[in-house]
Amino acid sequence: MLPGILVAIVIAVVLWAVASYNRLVKMRNQALNGWRQIDVQLKRRHDLIPNLVNAVRGSMDFERDTLTAVMEARSKALTATGPADAAQKEGQLTQALGRLLAVAENYPTLKSNDNVKMLQEELSATENKVGFARQFYNDIATGFNTAQQVFPANLFAAGFGFKPAELFEITNATERDVPVVDLSRR
Amino acid sequence: MNLYDQQQSNRRKTWLVMLAFVAFFLFLGIGFDTFYIGAHGGAVPIGSAIALGVGSVSAAASYFSGDRAVLLSTQAQPVEDLAAGATADDRLKLRQLQNVVDEMAIASGLPRPKVYVVPDADPNAFATGRDPAHASLAVTRGLLDILDREELQGVVAHEISHVRNLDVRVMTIVAALVGAVALLADWARRGMMWGGGFRRSRDRSSSDDERGGGLAGIIFFAVWLIAVLLAPLLAQLLAMMVSRGREYLADASGAELTRNPLGLARALEKIESAAAPTPTINRGTAHLCIADPLGRPMNLREGAWANLFASHPPMAARIAALKEMAFERK
Repeated sequence: MLPGILVAIVIAVVLWAVASYNRLVKMRNQALNGWRQIDVQLKRRHDLIPNLVNAVRGSMDFERDTLTAVMEARSKALTATGPADAAQKEGQLTQALGRLLAVAENYPTLKSNDNVKMLQEELSATENKVGFARQFYNDIATGFNTAQQVFPANLFAAGFGFKPAELFEITNATERDVPVVDLSRR
Repeated sequence: MNLYDQQQSNRRKTWLVMLAFVAFFLFLGIGFDTFYIGAHGGAVPIGSAIALGVGSVSAAASYFSGDRAVLLSTQAQPVEDLAAGATADDRLKLRQLQNVVDEMAIASGLPRPKVYVVPDADPNAFATGRDPAHASLAVTRGLLDILDREELQGVVAHEISHVRNLDVRVMTIVAALVGAVALLADWARRGMMWGGGFRRSRDRSSSDDERGGGLAGIIFFAVWLIAVLLAPLLAQLLAMMVSRGREYLADASGAELTRNPLGLARALEKIESAAAPTPTINRGTAHLCIADPLGRPMNLREGAWANLFASHPPMAARIAALKEMAFERK
């Protein structure tokens, strides 16, 4: 009687371990796939930027600083490795781009240029896609991390080589700051 | 109800609708055998067999190509085809639509649906398809014209939510089958007029025609008659019942995707103020749309009766719910 119960318990534990292991593998692959989605969009953004810079260069010749800032931020972002590093460098690129687009608003010829309009649309779409891919990735990665950290999975997760996924977070302090809203001017 | 439950419930509902449809066909076939073949002395239940075959085939066809039927009936054109011959401004608008769909597909983690534009000046949108991998999303020309990027994103997110929780599967199959039932009832009505005429003339000529089921047969015949007459109405009711509550849900999960409930709220306000019947979208596909394309007054009311007959909840209530979400987030 007693050996029978022990065998049953061992079998149950083994089955549970196999199921949890498989679940974690599945989640890790989902997180990887989510990260690849971000990567695709980041690459697209890097490809679009030179086109935009070339399109506006003629009209914005004296705003050379803004343009070089964008190109520099871009080449830095190209060298990023891993989610956390990429998040930081992409954050800087986003800021530089934001300045460029804000400055471009002052040039009526640029604003009405079909080519520039299309590039702006593509760029803001890519920007959004990065944001939404990040949202999706962070949700999945958080789920994956939680699944590793809860008891009793935490007993063996590290032993099987599972590592918590890095989140793609905004690490730049200025970007994280709450914007100051001045209500007195209204 | 979470996403998984909802998908399960939609899978179940799809089966139920298809089974009900085949059963309905079989019922018509049995009726035909009892009153027509039986009355003429035939022994083979040929009507039942044909009805079962036709019912199953059209249910399967609706499942696999209902989306194409719906798109065809609304004259939707693929956005890529339109962009080829468009002006620069128009191309920007279409490109924006494609981008917004891409964004929402990424946010939801689904494959990108095919994108269509319906040539209609009234603002509306719908999604169709049997699963996320075979989904299509269509917006009217009017919607593209009046909405800005954020609002369009809200509408697309709403439709993508319908795709994700498999609402589109139930709604597409209902749309395809409602069309089939309406057609069938029409035929049956005409067939009965002919058949009835024949029988009456035969009754006069031969007196030994009064065999068969007697009272039970008469009751069965009456039920059959009612079913045939009511078929379009029943199909319509079914279409409405599957659609109402899920609009709120799609609004909410759409807002979860964009994290911007006000975008959709503003879009709904614009759609409502521009509300005119959308002529290219007919009765059978009404329940697929984001706003009722028929402009029925029933959709403005709340309550059990309205819940039964209206395909969409009142626009004001939807907008209020979205605004409440935005307030909570601030």
